[in-house]
Amino acid sequence: MQSDLHQAAPAAKSISAKLGACLMLSAVALGISACSSEQADTRIVRIDGSSTVFPITEAIAEEFQITTRIKTTVGISGTGGGFKKFCRGEVDMTQASRPILHEEMEACKAAGIEYIELPIAYDALTVVINPQNDFITSMTVDELKKMWEPAAQNVIKNWNQVNPAWPDRPLRLFGAGSDSGTFDYFTEAIMGKAKSSRGDFTASEDDNVIVKGVSGDIGAIGYFGFAYYAENQQTIKAVPIVAQAGGEAVAPSEENVRNGSYQPLSRPLFIYVNAASAEVPEVKSFIDYYLENSTELIQEVKFIPLPDNEVSAVIKHWQERKTGTGFGGEPEIGVKIEDLLKRI
Amino acid sequence: MNKQASTLSNLDEVRAMIKRHKMNDAIFSGVGLVCIMLVLLTLLALFIDLIIDGYPKLLSYEFFSSFPSRRASQAGLLSALVGSALVMIITFLSAVPMGVAAAIYLEEYAPKNWFTEVIEINVTNLAAVPSIIYGLLALGLFIYILDFGTSILTAGLTLGLLILPVVIVATREAIRGIPVAIREAAYAVGATKWQVVSQHVVRYATGGILTGVIIGMARAIGETAPVITIGALTFIAFLPPSPITTTPPFLNFDWLWSGFTVLPIQMFSWLSRPSPEFHVNAAAAGAIIIIVTLLMNGVAIKMRYNIRKKIKWQ
Repeated sequence: MQSDLHQAAPAAKSISAKLGACLMLSAVALGISACSSEQADTRIVRIDGSSTVFPITEAIAEEFQITTRIKTTVGISGTGGGFKKFCRGEVDMTQASRPILHEEMEACKAAGIEYIELPIAYDALTVVINPQNDFITSMTVDELKKMWEPAAQNVIKNWNQVNPAWPDRPLRLFGAGSDSGTFDYFTEAIMGKAKSSRGDFTASEDDNVIVKGVSGDIGAIGYFGFAYYAENQQTIKAVPIVAQAGGEAVAPSEENVRNGSYQPLSRPLFIYVNAASAEVPEVKSFIDYYLENSTELIQEVKFIPLPDNEVSAVIKHWQERKTGTGFGGEPEIGVKIEDLLKRI
Repeated sequence: MNKQASTLSNLDEVRAMIKRHKMNDAIFSGVGLVCIMLVLLTLLALFIDLIIDGYPKLLSYEFFSSFPSRRASQAGLLSALVGSALVMIITFLSAVPMGVAAAIYLEEYAPKNWFTEVIEINVTNLAAVPSIIYGLLALGLFIYILDFGTSILTAGLTLGLLILPVVIVATREAIRGIPVAIREAAYAVGATKWQVVSQHVVRYATGGILTGVIIGMARAIGETAPVITIGALTFIAFLPPSPITTTPPFLNFDWLWSGFTVLPIQMFSWLSRPSPEFHVNAAAAGAIIIIVTLLMNGVAIKMRYNIRKKIKWQ
């Protein structure tokens, strides 16, 4: 027995030695792989914020890093989470799918952080239905309101309750989760009050769930950002929207958003740049790059670029380093970007 | 005559009883088999589904050697792989020495009083606390108070805290499995408590301890919630600074402070994209996470087997 015990001890020792060796080896391997990457001593440009705007910033960061070798990191904490980090000075720039709100302005002010508000693209909130749905050719804002308002909860259950011309078919609603900027904007634009919505619908933060739900049910209707519609046109259909009774039905498209006729569901997307960071050469060149090269990249990731005149207005605004927001902490529907920039 | 008849009928009863009990056995093993098949088939179905969806990516070298990209065809796992590996190193270094030491203390040294009892109950409960709670704790402690920032160090320590109770519980189980006779024999030849613990108890328990450690690490590598809470990045197209440099002192710890992303976050980010092409990448990333976890568990089983084979007391 004793000799067996003596055997056991070295065995255990060799195992721990092996484990140590494994760790060393993996560290060396990582070291080599890290060595092979560019080791430039530039400051990293730190970005966080909305997951809606993320694909745009990602595309720009990717190209910017290839062109200039300046390192860029992008996180997705959501618009609200992004502002929290931004007002703590943890990031140079935050992405937002809605303008900065009162309490966020207060937080930034308390921390002494000034910001430059830059609209960078449009998104069209798109109302979608099943492609086999042939009784809907367009919808009015009033019909959408009747369908989604809080009073509709447990009352409006069939399509013909909204409009008698539509069939007696169960209405299945899919919408954005209540934490998202999409939900805030849709409710503000349709109900006239942010976050005012019925609660008995399938809410999802993952828009692919809505795509799946609507594509599988003729009686379903849902809404989300334009990109999800653009990438899934085979399985879902967009509903043209009539802004005012008697008006023309306008389908969500790049052209209709840019000429301002797709109302009230087009929304601008923003970036907020820390005014102190804007003096850092790396951050400055990133924002320059962002504003000057975004049009094609925005189209590639299925968002809607600003028209040329608006792009030059935004670039001018950036070059003048005007700080502050044009919204005063309140969400607003249908504001023109050139008017907005004049307010600051 | 009468007596014989009653014995016979008794025999019949006994036979019937044996038959009934055997049937119960068969029923139970049948139910057990169905249960385990349900679990295994679910895992297998998920895994095969991920492989089928993601196989074009799993076979391409570029997928493992490229950074994230806006184009699904060019997007790769490199920064997530390196991030996960570096975070796991910190998790290992922070959780294992502390966890094993705590377990040894609780098993071998701690006096049996109410205070130890409270610690024991808490450690066991900690193993069941939802991982998001650890994320919130880390956000407050490591980021807001200690100012470590959103770094590999923060993530590693967070996941280290998360698996600490797992390591402690597993180590204690392993230590308890060492026969009392071994300790008594060691004490009998004059060994001190430390000698008994370090040269015998812990050495023989190494197999069990390693199993616990690797199961904990396998859990940590798949964790998303706490890492998102502390603010892991989604797009990072460079690797952290190298830990080994060409100039003295040859070691560099800047990587501890670097931003990072990990495999589950990369998968989540791809899954929420509008473009279905990205869902292929997400499936491939999911398959990689499962493969890494299976490999880690496999290594744990193999190590335990090897170590147990070499230890013979009889």
